[in-house]
Amino acid sequence: MDEVKNLNKDNSLDVKARLKIKRHEMASQPPEERRRNFKEVPYGYSPEEAMEEAKRCIQCKSEVPECVKGCPVNIDILGFINLIEKGDFLAAAKKIKETNSLPAICGRVCPQEDQCEKLCVVGRRKDTPPVAIGNLERFVADYEAKYGDTRITVKADKGKKVAVIGGGPAGLTVAGDLCKMGYSVSIFEGLHAIGGVLMYGIPEFRLPKEILLRELKVLEDMGVEIFTNVVIGKTFTIDELLEKKGYSAVFIGTGAGTPKFLNIPGEELNGVYSANEFLTRVNLMRAYNQSEYDTPIKRDKTLVVFGAGNTAMDAVRTGLRLGYEDARIFYRRSRKEMTARLEEVHHAEEEGIKFEFLINPVRFIGDENQNVTAVECQRMELGEPDESGRRRPIPIKGSEFITNIGAAVIAIGTNANPIVPKSTPGMDLNKWGYIIADENTGRTTKRGVFAGGDIVTGAATVILAMGAGKKAAVSIDEYLRTGTW
Amino acid sequence: MYEIVGRKSMGEGINLYNILAPDIASKALPGQFIILRVYEKGERIPITIAKTDKNDGTVTILVQTLGKTTHMLSELNVGDSLADVVGPLGIPTEILKFGTVVCIGGGFGIAAIYPIARALKESGNKVISIIGARSKNLLLMEDEMREASTELLVATNDGSYGTKGIVTDVLKELIYDKKEPVDRVIAIGPVIMMKAVSDLTRDKSIKTIVSLNPIMIDGTGMCGACRVLVDKKTKFACVDGPDFDGHLVDFDNLMNRLKFYKEEEKASYECHIKEHHHG
Ligand SMILES: Cc1cc2nc3c(=O)[nH]c(=O)nc-3n(C[C@H](O)[C@H](O)[C@H](O)COP(=O)(O)OP(=O)(O)OC[C@H]3O[C@@H](n4cnc5c(N)ncnc54)[C@H](O)[C@@H]3O)c2cc1C
Ligand SMILES: Cc1cc2nc3c(=O)[nH]c(=O)nc-3n(C[C@H](O)[C@H](O)[C@H](O)COP(=O)(O)OP(=O)(O)OC[C@H]3O[C@@H](n4cnc5c(N)ncnc54)[C@H](O)[C@@H]3O)c2cc1C
Ligand code: SF4
Ligand code: FES
Repeated sequence: MDEVKNLNKDNSLDVKARLKIKRHEMASQPPEERRRNFKEVPYGYSPEEAMEEAKRCIQCKSEVPECVKGCPVNIDILGFINLIEKGDFLAAAKKIKETNSLPAICGRVCPQEDQCEKLCVVGRRKDTPPVAIGNLERFVADYEAKYGDTRITVKADKGKKVAVIGGGPAGLTVAGDLCKMGYSVSIFEGLHAIGGVLMYGIPEFRLPKEILLRELKVLEDMGVEIFTNVVIGKTFTIDELLEKKGYSAVFIGTGAGTPKFLNIPGEELNGVYSANEFLTRVNLMRAYNQSEYDTPIKRDKTLVVFGAGNTAMDAVRTGLRLGYEDARIFYRRSRKEMTARLEEVHHAEEEGIKFEFLINPVRFIGDENQNVTAVECQRMELGEPDESGRRRPIPIKGSEFITNIGAAVIAIGTNANPIVPKSTPGMDLNKWGYIIADENTGRTTKRGVFAGGDIVTGAATVILAMGAGKKAAVSIDEYLRTGTW
Repeated sequence: MYEIVGRKSMGEGINLYNILAPDIASKALPGQFIILRVYEKGERIPITIAKTDKNDGTVTILVQTLGKTTHMLSELNVGDSLADVVGPLGIPTEILKFGTVVCIGGGFGIAAIYPIARALKESGNKVISIIGARSKNLLLMEDEMREASTELLVATNDGSYGTKGIVTDVLKELIYDKKEPVDRVIAIGPVIMMKAVSDLTRDKSIKTIVSLNPIMIDGTGMCGACRVLVDKKTKFACVDGPDFDGHLVDFDNLMNRLKFYKEEEKASYECHIKEHHHG
């Protein structure tokens, strides 16, 4: 902190001058171009842009700046922004990595407008948008990857092994942190590639796989052992890991991962996909590159995606890029209730995605080969708030209408995957099938077994999964040192 | 990497492979399957585990060559490796003492039914197995099936061996004409065969288990590609199955879902063959 204070002192700009600087949006591929390719949308900041944007931070003097309170892992945001202003990008990257080991990913996928940037004091004024914290985070992480040394040398000297189940953000964080503490860590991943949703769900144009692979390499170089093609609960059970395979503790980060369906007639028709299937075909299996990869995907005229979260945005924009002429969102609530990141909604609209609100599907209609050809929907209106605090959509009688479609994607959320819970006696679940784990320690009701991320909270965010992983790593270390549960 | 340590041609475009996968070999139970990828740009395809050998750590599969992936597999030899093998997936077949059980296998389904018949016999059931082929010399795993069953019945289309006809003809004779009291039927093979078996046993109210083979991707319940309609409800074959009550399965839907990517599969296959033959 001292360093930062000094820096503040010799910073000549006063608050007024800082507030005059306009927010820098990242230069992006033009919408008409990018709507047909899978390359990343924003290009990122240049060093000059980053330094200019950093100057917009008014250097709040409060003990904990507001933005930091909004970050689920409490990154020293003021600290790293100051270092950017000074031009010391590598030091800025180090500063972030004290609390967040995957900034290149978080800078791209965090819902900043609900977190750090929401509380940013600059943004709370009427005419000035918040400091672009996410963009800056992304910039320094990319800069470090290019010019810095991201290697971390560790010594596995604790003499104890920890098993991490699932290679999503929660598992990767636990693995990295424990490895740095000197434990031998093995990650067991059911798919042929690690990364969780970052690999199979979030598309290339939003999070290039190259960035993920870069982060995975850091982990591997650190000595984390990665076993793909191992489904825990099938290939091995948790009890076997603890009793026969010599692991002293297990962390479960298996994600929410089982798609929900609408349970309406016609859902079994060909061309009706879960978002997970649609995205897995395209991302994990690379079906968008049909000349090189074998997994097929259809391209048709009209695609309708039901839902309005990040998953729905990813699916609809993927559809557009695959070549659907008309890709639309149908959502049963209104624009205000959409849960996707703001930037994704903007990007989708720029790309020509149509959003239609207060619409609920009632049945899918197919041809003689059971291929979907249309969907019947009804219009909704908003009633009283429901359990989620959002106004409940109510069907309007007689408002049914039919839309011709070539494919539909259902992106209405996920349930808990039952494979691990069902094969792990002595570990309690809540009524929705998620694992019960202490919020601060990740401890489950089974000794030696910890859990975090979507499999505990239900579908949430990358940074929350990482936060849970961080806490669990601390608690696993404590358990392994003291033996107390 | 998962090495192929044994390989045998079984005729009818079906090949047997022994694959080195010790963790799967020591875990697999009858009715479970693996998902494999031949190379790093390939599809994930599900294949039933026919046999395992815990001592040498191998898994035996029988694969029918159909499209690009299975064709590429057929070009591999002992010493080559597969990019990925994961398993054992799915819920194992229920093995209890039922009494008399009829096990029916058609095509590569014979490989799938084999470990089930064996386990049922070991659990004290009277196992009557029915297997079929076009002709005598194309019959798969006859010796193994004979050993795994109390009684083995055979159907060949050309009548060169056993009953002339198809497996359902033999089943019909068994339960309608001979009035054999049967407590359970398990059928694995082409969808059309499993459907016909289920139709035959429905009237007799004989509990019938079929093993469904929809298109799969992950095999862990994550994508929902494998969904099937059972009793009008959506089930995921990879985690809720692959075994289901044949009297409740919507077979027509399954057949239609299996056909969805026909054009793309054909194009991919033809492209592969072309490249293959022109170097
Ligand atoms: C399409 C999509 C877009 C999203 N966009 C955003 C976004 O922009 N910003 C954001 O913050 N969040 C986003 N999210 C949510 C975010 O991705 C998740 O909250 C986060 O990935 C959860 O991390 P996790 O580590 O708990 O689980 P996951 O990322 O789900 O990873 C779990 C891993 O465990 C593996 N696994 C499961 N079962 C087993 C088993 N039995 N044995 C071995 N391995 C197993 C899985 O294969 C997977 O690799 C998005 C989600 C989706 C689906
Ligand atoms: C649980 C299960 C067990 C199976 N066991 C065996 C077995 O023991 N031996 C065997 O020969 N075959 C088995 N199959 C079928 C096998 O998976 C398909 O024949 C194979 O995927 C065809 O791939 P291809 O690329 O060669 O052919 P393609 O030309 O791609 O497809 C041919 C046909 O196979 C089906 N198919 C295509 N892709 C998949 C996929 N990813 N998953 C499932 N089916 C697909 C479709 O109906 C398609 O029309 C099983 C399938 C399932 C679901
Ligand atoms: S991790 Fe997310 S919330 Fe925290 S500072 Fe970065 S963008 Fe903001
Ligand atoms: S294959 Fe993906 S859920 Fe069954």
